[in-house]
Amino acid sequence: MREITFAEATREAMEEEMARDPRVFLMGEDIAKQGGVFGQFRGLAERFPGRVLDTPISEPTLVGATLGASLVGTRPVLDIHFADFLLLAMDELINQAASLRYMSGGRLQVPLVIRAPDGALRSAGAHHSKSLEALFLHLPGFKVVAPATPKDAKGLLKSAIRSEDPVLYLEHKALYSRKGPVPEGEVLTPLGQAEVLREGRDLTLLSYSLTLHKCLEAAGLLEAEGIFAEVVDLKTLYPLDWDTVLASAAKTGRVVVAHETWRFLGPGAEIAATLEEKLWSRLKAPVHRVGAAHVPIPFSPPLEKRVIPQVADILKAAKEVMAWR
Amino acid sequence: MNRVEFYRTLYRIRRFEERVEALFRAGKIPGFVHLYIGQEAVAAGVLAHYRPGDYLTSTHRGHGHALAVGVEPGSMMAELFGRSTGVCRGKGGSMHLFDPRRGMLGANGIVAGGIPIAVGAGLGLRLKGKEGVVFCFFGDGATGRGVFHEGLNLAALWKLPVLFVLENNLYASTTGFAESHAFHMEALVGAYGIPYRAVNGQDVEAVYLATEELLQVVRAGGGPAFLEARTYRFKGHYVGDPERYRKREEAKGFPDPLVLYRERLLALGVSETTLKSLEESEERLLDQAVEFAEASPWPDPAEALEDLFAEPTRNYPWEGA
Repeated sequence: MREITFAEATREAMEEEMARDPRVFLMGEDIAKQGGVFGQFRGLAERFPGRVLDTPISEPTLVGATLGASLVGTRPVLDIHFADFLLLAMDELINQAASLRYMSGGRLQVPLVIRAPDGALRSAGAHHSKSLEALFLHLPGFKVVAPATPKDAKGLLKSAIRSEDPVLYLEHKALYSRKGPVPEGEVLTPLGQAEVLREGRDLTLLSYSLTLHKCLEAAGLLEAEGIFAEVVDLKTLYPLDWDTVLASAAKTGRVVVAHETWRFLGPGAEIAATLEEKLWSRLKAPVHRVGAAHVPIPFSPPLEKRVIPQVADILKAAKEVMAWR
Repeated sequence: MNRVEFYRTLYRIRRFEERVEALFRAGKIPGFVHLYIGQEAVAAGVLAHYRPGDYLTSTHRGHGHALAVGVEPGSMMAELFGRSTGVCRGKGGSMHLFDPRRGMLGANGIVAGGIPIAVGAGLGLRLKGKEGVVFCFFGDGATGRGVFHEGLNLAALWKLPVLFVLENNLYASTTGFAESHAFHMEALVGAYGIPYRAVNGQDVEAVYLATEELLQVVRAGGGPAFLEARTYRFKGHYVGDPERYRKREEAKGFPDPLVLYRERLLALGVSETTLKSLEESEERLLDQAVEFAEASPWPDPAEALEDLFAEPTRNYPWEGA
């Protein structure tokens, strides 16, 4: 199978969906002439004149306006430079986009995709490094996806664009240049479906986005020590695929949830609590969580490394879970 | 210009709102309500220009806009009552009325919340090659929000078909406009290159004519326009507002739009009988609306878990706990 980068897969998804459906359009800061802050959409504006729009730096109005456009029958994709900037538009995201369908008793449809690059990469500092999924999982109304592989970058973005509901599409900046197999032709990854990427009998590592790759690396190191870890890519964080999560946890009885967003009240906390409610008698150890330390993301490389979960942190948690008797 | 229909809209809004006030005080309407009494001529005059395919966004004081655009009074009253037959199945309430069948993209509990949505609806119409326009209602308090300024900029930049309608009733909740805003409205709107008109918001025909003039620009694809209707809410910010922040004499500058227009119609030769018969027919309609709301069932509590998403999701009971 051919191998392409995460960024190329993203671009293919966008291009194919714009060609397939004339209602789809893309807007954001620096998106048309520049092709996006990471250049991932270069050339799209020429291929689809009038459907790739450069905007002023007005995040609240960009979110509100793409919401308004979705209500009248178009299918907007809004590109936000950095996930951190979602915080500028929280009214439009939460009070409006996430809520209007429900508040209208189902009368309004909100087929809206908001793309936001997240995560820490090369000392971008506290305003360009955050992972904010926990906010959008805590507050109802968004489907939240976070692809880890080029294949899912394509498949999840396409499914997000075809969804009738608001989707927050989070992509880790460190993934853009990562290569992986992507089949030719149509690739659709269903929303709300996790995947067991590596089977194992001793413990389960639950993760997504960049941290999933750290879990895969940890699983390789554990295998060398005779510990077989199952690695599950959650892919969609809401609606979460509890069936797959519960099945793997029930099989191994030992679970580590790892993510780059903060550990305190992060997705791992909800997953751990639910697993303990549902599988108390089958768990052999308390569910462990790996996440960022509870401080803003620092600038200096050694500080950033200390705060963001590393392979060693996942290994340490896995061994603690394995040591439990 | 259909003068009798203007009067019908003014009358319907006024008498709907008077019923709402009484029913709220009687404890039949949950939550809290913001009445449109005093401002009726703005909604009636602007939305007389509504055509199918147009859209509007409204505010927390949105009953008048919804009625003027033709949202059915019975399902609207039922919504205010929180009943399952309400226009939003009881999930919206007074401040959050939505009815896309009439282009109504929502009353909004967030001041200025509708502005970016209206701008985006205008963008959507243009991208689809449709002819409609978007009526974007907001109050003077909304002009303090960043999205007001961002929205004017984006609508002007992209020449979007949006008519901004500022209902300046002098107060943002309880704080006077002049106490809280440094800019001059006409100059501000002019800085964005948007055509601006100010109008006496108590005079339905003046509002209608000013809107007509501005819409010629908007409907022709010339970009947005801005109407400032100077008006007054005769009631408090909300029902129960002690109104310590304003003096009674201030209201004298703002004639009652309903009384004013009734007198004008009589002077123009419309018969008392015609008006009486219109009023009686509206009274019946509104009585029926209240009866419908009162007789309607409460929503089944299970419905609280419906309508979040269009696409079905697997049901995990612990998430609905």
